[in-house]
Amino acid sequence: MIRAAAVVCRKDLRIEWRSRVTVTQVVPFVLTVVMLFAFALDGNSPVLGAAAPGLFWVTVLFAANLVSGRAAALDRADGLRDALALSGIAPAALIVGRSWSIFVQLSVIEVVLAAAMLLTYDVEVSGVGLVLTAIPLGTYAIATVGAAYGALASGGGGRDALLPLLTLPVLAPVLLAGTNAMRVAFGSAVGPGWRWVVMLGMLSGIYVGAAVAAAPAILEDS
Amino acid sequence: MSPVLDLRDVVAVVDNGFPVLAGLDLTVDASERLLVVGPNGAGKTSLLRTVAGLVPVVAGVATVLGHDLRTDRRRVRPHLGLLGHTTGLYDDLTPVENVAFGAAVAGIAPHGIDRALDRVALAARLRGRATGSLSVGQRRRVALASLLVRRPRIWLLDEPHAGFDARGRDLVDELVLDAAAAGATVVFASHDVDRSEAIASRIVHLAGGVIAVDESLEGSPGERG
Repeated sequence: MIRAAAVVCRKDLRIEWRSRVTVTQVVPFVLTVVMLFAFALDGNSPVLGAAAPGLFWVTVLFAANLVSGRAAALDRADGLRDALALSGIAPAALIVGRSWSIFVQLSVIEVVLAAAMLLTYDVEVSGVGLVLTAIPLGTYAIATVGAAYGALASGGGGRDALLPLLTLPVLAPVLLAGTNAMRVAFGSAVGPGWRWVVMLGMLSGIYVGAAVAAAPAILEDS
Repeated sequence: MSPVLDLRDVVAVVDNGFPVLAGLDLTVDASERLLVVGPNGAGKTSLLRTVAGLVPVVAGVATVLGHDLRTDRRRVRPHLGLLGHTTGLYDDLTPVENVAFGAAVAGIAPHGIDRALDRVALAARLRGRATGSLSVGQRRRVALASLLVRRPRIWLLDEPHAGFDARGRDLVDELVLDAAAAGATVVFASHDVDRSEAIASRIVHLAGGVIAVDESLEGSPGERG
């Protein structure tokens, strides 16, 4: 399954590299959101700095919906769903491979997002290790949910619009844990930041397990 | 020897509950070249998709390569190759990458890709271009190359001559005959009856989701002209 998932991931990233949708559409969207938050909060640095952890993860969730929807749409064109069903590939490999490609794309987006926030929100990071652990774990949880629900919502019949409705409630715990871990790392809260990182790790594991178990039903019935 | 396809009193329904196959009986042996004909809506495409396990069977007995389609339809899929009205190709990948992806996810070594693209006569200058920029006929050649690499035991072809020029249609005929000669079973639906009869070993007429007429076509394709 790992080998097949890697094939799917490579294919998705190759298509993304050629179409450049993430770079030309999602990254500008993310930068726009960063600026809109700054306008909405009147450029108030203390407020922006305090809100930055939550704003970071909310922006990542928005971007994840765009990336996940786009990734799922790749398999909808020209009979590709049937072709994939007949290929013999394990449904779990399709979803795991898709989650890897979404993870890579979100990681690129997060680098740009973090840089933009550091420059415009006057944020100081005191717990670099905490940030560098929390972000990948939270991102992988988001990517897994995006891959699974993206496949579910791409079945047609105008279900694309359901994707945010499906993913955002499920990802609320990731928003909570990620925000709290980064609040500790940014020095805007004190407490056991690593406990939130552990929670992010557990959430990632739970989501991966659930996605793998549900993959046959998702891809067969959607 | 047990038949490759064994469908008895099969009822298959689509999403809205409409029975596209309504008590169909059909048995097909290895190496047969079965032509399925009938008016629009008779159930030709649905028959192919049901055999591929893409349309659920809700009643009757449906066995493909010994696998029960009602309980085990995923197991049979790797042994099938379906070319329908769509090609199942990614626009942003090249023909070589598309065929390689199909082989890789099926766990097949990528050795025969160039040979398959040669066999379907896809010009070398087109193999590195985005598949989305190819014509319909060129895309269908790529889809056929993907089938060749996978070497399915059952070929399911829906209007296989559609979208091809005269040489492409000849190519389809050759591939059907070659596949059957190699031991594969070919089931193909077509409105182009005259042309398709020439390569078929048997013809069934579908009407209303059941077989109305089932007849063997005697003689080799060459003898029938």
